[in-house]
Amino acid sequence: MRGAVRARWAACVLSGALAATAAGCGSGGHDEPGLVRASWSDPQNQLEPANTNEVQGGKVLYMIFRGLKRYDPRTGAAENMLAEKIDTTDQQNFTITLKDGWTFSNGEKITSRSFVDAWNYAALADNKQKNASFFEYLDGYDKVHPDSGEPTARTLSGLAVKDDRTFTARLRTKFSTWPDTLGYTAYSPLPRAFFDDHAAWLKKPVGNGPYGIDSYHRGSAMRLRRWDGYPGEDKARNDGVELRVYTDNNTAYTDLQAGNLDLVDDIPSAQLKNVRKDLGDRYINQPAGIIQTLAFPMYDERWSASGMEKVRRGLSMAINRDQITDQIYRKTRTPATDWTSPALGDQGGYKGGLCGGACRYDVAGAKSLIEEGGGLPGGRVTLTSNVDTGSHRVWMDAVCNSINNALGKDRACTVNPIGTFADFRNQQTEQRLTGPFRSGWQMDYPLIQNFLQPLYYTDASSNYGKFSDPQFDKLVDEANAESSQDKANAKFQEAERILAQQMPAIPLWYQNGSAGYSSRISDVTLNPFSVPVYEQIKIG
Amino acid sequence: MGRFVARRLLQMIPVFIGTTLLIFLMVYSLPGDPIKSLFGPKAADPATVARLRHEYGLDKSLLEQYWNYISGLFQGDFGQSFTGRPVADLMSEAFPVTIRLALLAFGFEVIVGIALGVLTGMRRGKFLDQFVLVLTLLVISVPVFVIGYVTQFLLGLKWKVITPTVQDSENLGQLMIPAIVLAALSLAYVIRLTRTTVGENLRADYIRTAVAKGLPRKRVVGVHLMRNSLIPVVTFLGTDLGLLMGGAIVTEGIFNIQGVGFTLFKAIQTSEGPTVVGIVTVLVLVYLLTSLLVDLLYAVLDPRIRYA
Repeated sequence: MRGAVRARWAACVLSGALAATAAGCGSGGHDEPGLVRASWSDPQNQLEPANTNEVQGGKVLYMIFRGLKRYDPRTGAAENMLAEKIDTTDQQNFTITLKDGWTFSNGEKITSRSFVDAWNYAALADNKQKNASFFEYLDGYDKVHPDSGEPTARTLSGLAVKDDRTFTARLRTKFSTWPDTLGYTAYSPLPRAFFDDHAAWLKKPVGNGPYGIDSYHRGSAMRLRRWDGYPGEDKARNDGVELRVYTDNNTAYTDLQAGNLDLVDDIPSAQLKNVRKDLGDRYINQPAGIIQTLAFPMYDERWSASGMEKVRRGLSMAINRDQITDQIYRKTRTPATDWTSPALGDQGGYKGGLCGGACRYDVAGAKSLIEEGGGLPGGRVTLTSNVDTGSHRVWMDAVCNSINNALGKDRACTVNPIGTFADFRNQQTEQRLTGPFRSGWQMDYPLIQNFLQPLYYTDASSNYGKFSDPQFDKLVDEANAESSQDKANAKFQEAERILAQQMPAIPLWYQNGSAGYSSRISDVTLNPFSVPVYEQIKIG
Repeated sequence: MGRFVARRLLQMIPVFIGTTLLIFLMVYSLPGDPIKSLFGPKAADPATVARLRHEYGLDKSLLEQYWNYISGLFQGDFGQSFTGRPVADLMSEAFPVTIRLALLAFGFEVIVGIALGVLTGMRRGKFLDQFVLVLTLLVISVPVFVIGYVTQFLLGLKWKVITPTVQDSENLGQLMIPAIVLAALSLAYVIRLTRTTVGENLRADYIRTAVAKGLPRKRVVGVHLMRNSLIPVVTFLGTDLGLLMGGAIVTEGIFNIQGVGFTLFKAIQTSEGPTVVGIVTVLVLVYLLTSLLVDLLYAVLDPRIRYA
């Protein structure tokens, strides 16, 4: 009898606990109906245009800043935003004229000073801005940002303010498409408040974009509100955006399904097979400006010796890209046929198929080319990548299988997975890798130049394989000196043909951007950087 | 008693220094350069890297770094994370969330675990006992992330009883399900442990004596049986509290709770020495304090145990 009483008491505690849960969960959200709720994660560091180089901080900067140029969200073409015109006669000295009537959201007028001060701040080594190297094209960069030692100047000698609406920029070399790089957020203008009270600005950044930051609770959410006084054409079509922090994209996807979230801009790979069924046409899968390649260590004699280009091309032909992108990635990657990205569009200089037969799967051709070139160095090849993020381990295994099958040898290709990105980067920069290694590239601006020069020009900053070809360098230089973008693109494409012959890096696949959204919102698109175009989203 | 506590508190100092040094060494020996990897796929420019290294004191020798860290710690300065924010800030955001979650889970474990343990222990072989045994076996054999995802799917997506993720980490109602998931495994152990010791002690001489003396059943169970049976359970619970705080990363991930587990995981990934050492140090202190508490509880439970 007593036992029974106690049992009932225990049951009460249990059900009481559950009841509290049910009651507590009813009072979930205090959502505002006009806000778009989107997935996000905390940015790596505090938001400063020239110090933000990752996509999460970039999302916010795209919302709260507008620069001289803006990339059309659909075509990727660079169009004047704050710039009225950018003129040059020699592809090296540029005169920038600003449109009238632009202000920061705190009311301060945007003048040529707002740009010149911001750029000088970004370039100065003392300010430790991670995007400082974007200013290396400007004259005087080596003075304000020497590789070692103290800077000998505080400002870039290449920049000069003419009047409130005009300033000039002098570059170190000819670079005809330089104005089209200026849509990157590192080139944003900054208000005086940024310099006068830096700490306060960091707490609540003031910009000139269609949105302003309303509140930010780290680890929880950032709320951005439409700025009603925004002078640009691309005004926000919703009241604001709530960026919610998720530690895991699976969780965000679950919340989207449950109706707690409107927009997820990264569909977890485990859900790719269900996503069509779950979301129907509310699933977006389109090219983003990202390419994955396997770069060869050209600093290693065994890979760069003459004749080895045949082996490198042969390896490329041994990879069954179609199968891997279908089966592993379910078409969220597209087999690459050149070294850039379809996200560039024709105007940006993309031309598919430049890699030609060297990127087509051809077992017989691969085998004979590799034999002709003298075979794999030491009879084997090892692929290296970090495996802490992405699905690098999976595709490396698949690529190796493909190569092994093509060559008819079991152990010709092996993988060397590295635990952390930091370790991988270290081994890469210290040239300790003796086989092909992963080399991913995400564009900063939609120009073919950005996919070629930093990666394959002699001693370029991200040319980890140390590829060097005088003919390639010459074509790049010529392209940069061309007066029109079409002519420049043609030269760059010609340079790509050299890559097809030399194969310093095997193009694997173009990465797509993916997103899914709820039926509560419409007009959702991704820009060429695979960032949602928040200001165009409509509620309902 | 007072001397015992004082001695134990003093023992914490070498343990504290030892663990911080060990963790510091471990983070330091992680391969790769944390500063260079801040630049993502782009090449890091040497001037900025050199300045950042200097800012974070990474250009000094290991011992010097450790000394700076420890001397800062005694002035209440936990150092700076690579995101440019003080580690103390990071911790003051993450710990309250995790403490709430851990305490909820712990409370659940204690109340439900001991209650069910005593009940089943006293009615061995009956239906409830069999039922709970099978249930706990199930919980012990299924990994926690399976329990988490299944609960989330059923309650959150299918039946819509809860929001699938925690929207507001200060809402105890929303934290309840994650806490139950987090507690599930330990709960199963607590039930089984209590059940066994209660069952054993029921047959002990002193219980028979108590019953023979004609003591009311309430007193026999509540005082004589419970006090003796709880000693191993309290030991388990003591270590478990620490585990709940540091080991909640899986549950935190599933339910999108931004607690200590996730912060620590991210810090290890990016080799952020100060953050890792700071969090682990606090966790070590929690362990030390709970084990001290457990030792003191022994004396309360079993009068034969006395601390000089």
